[in-house]
Amino acid sequence: MNKEKDVIICRCEDVTLEEIRELIKRGYTTVDEIKRITRAGMGPCQGRTCRDLIIREIARLTGKRVEEIPMPTFRPPIKPIKLGVLAESEDD
Amino acid sequence: MKETEILIVGGGPAGLSAAIEAVKAGAKVLLIDDGLKLGGQLIKQTHKFFGSKEEYAGTRGFKIAEILLSELEKSGDRFEAITNTTVTGYYADDGVFGALTGEEKYFKVKPKKTIVATGAYERTIPVPNCDLPGVYGAGAVQTLMNVYGVKPGERALMVGAGNIGLIVSYQLAQAGVKVQAVVEAMPKIGGYWVHASKIRRIGIPIYTSHTIKEIHGKEYVEGATIVQVNERWEPVEGTEKHIEADLICLAVGLSPLIELLWQAGCEMRYIPELGGYVPVRDREMRTSHPDFYVAGDAAAIEEASTAMIEGKIAGLCAAKSLGYDIPDFEEKFNAFWEQLDSLRKGPVTEKIRQGLPKAIVGEAYRHA
Repeated sequence: MNKEKDVIICRCEDVTLEEIRELIKRGYTTVDEIKRITRAGMGPCQGRTCRDLIIREIARLTGKRVEEIPMPTFRPPIKPIKLGVLAESEDD
Repeated sequence: MKETEILIVGGGPAGLSAAIEAVKAGAKVLLIDDGLKLGGQLIKQTHKFFGSKEEYAGTRGFKIAEILLSELEKSGDRFEAITNTTVTGYYADDGVFGALTGEEKYFKVKPKKTIVATGAYERTIPVPNCDLPGVYGAGAVQTLMNVYGVKPGERALMVGAGNIGLIVSYQLAQAGVKVQAVVEAMPKIGGYWVHASKIRRIGIPIYTSHTIKEIHGKEYVEGATIVQVNERWEPVEGTEKHIEADLICLAVGLSPLIELLWQAGCEMRYIPELGGYVPVRDREMRTSHPDFYVAGDAAAIEEASTAMIEGKIAGLCAAKSLGYDIPDFEEKFNAFWEQLDSLRKGPVTEKIRQGLPKAIVGEAYRHA
């Protein structure tokens, strides 16, 4: 029974639990690494749904505690902004 | 670029209360909120609040928002609020925030002090087909029903028997949705008994030590399998039950929404009792960054009542740090802490009492 591919971890970018677990087993054990490969956390919600789930999976599969898993970098903006809107802004 | 003395991010119970206190002390406040109207989660709370008289026990949540807003109407030009606007980031190099109104207008804000009262986001749980239409956070369902008047489904399964799960189950029933069951992975109900009793009285079963195993459906939710879990949270084989539902509500906890504080470089600690990573702060609600304060669910997942008092403390202390002379500062500060301590008594807040000492530094942050 392989249900892991039916579990969507990042809804914005359609990344499944199967993909996440596969990557962790291959040695990608930080949220940032997994983000760069799968785009998990790079959609409209900017990781608010998937971040905690990915950290928990990393912790579970590596035997570490959650607080030992490095948090990703929280760069602004925290919500997608269209380039045109930035270009048109009167503030520079 | 807009300049202000105090920027408050978030216009829920914490942010509005912070604004009231800061304005009272003489400060100029700009409050930015992403909602269409101010009040945060209060505007969808149709139930009466508990807590203390100072924090409007016995009053319905949306009424509390009205009371706070009418208080702010007396502020004159010391208070400005911008709604439908997300503070999108903090740029530490020049101390400037970006903000986006709707999807169209971007501008910058430069405050002297900032109070982050951004609240929380809903957690989710990974189960098969959790991306089907019909799977919602319980808070989202409450917004749909109580703010927009939309009935979210016909038959619901609620996951989580904390206060949000219990209250939203009752409100679903009030809206004419049949709540098939509430499942709770813990061996006992997490929320107040009075909320649990209300939904038991109208015949909604609560399955403790149960979790959702799988969601079914093709184009949308058609049902779910629930299963009993043992003390190690493992599913017990053979205990599966099928629940027919077109609506799955996840009330599985909240996490503090604190991206801005990460960007400001505030010291954080992982404290599960408080909802995950939270900013370390002193009793003035000031973080390790001298210009950043925090209040409400962004500081720790608690109740609206405690959020309001934390807001008052943050507003009062941020104004004081700007040099405003507040003759009754000590008296107010101590009274607020007494109220907090008294609200945090009792068995339901035990986790909070365990978590807070890890988040609050004993000595005030001594910022130069």
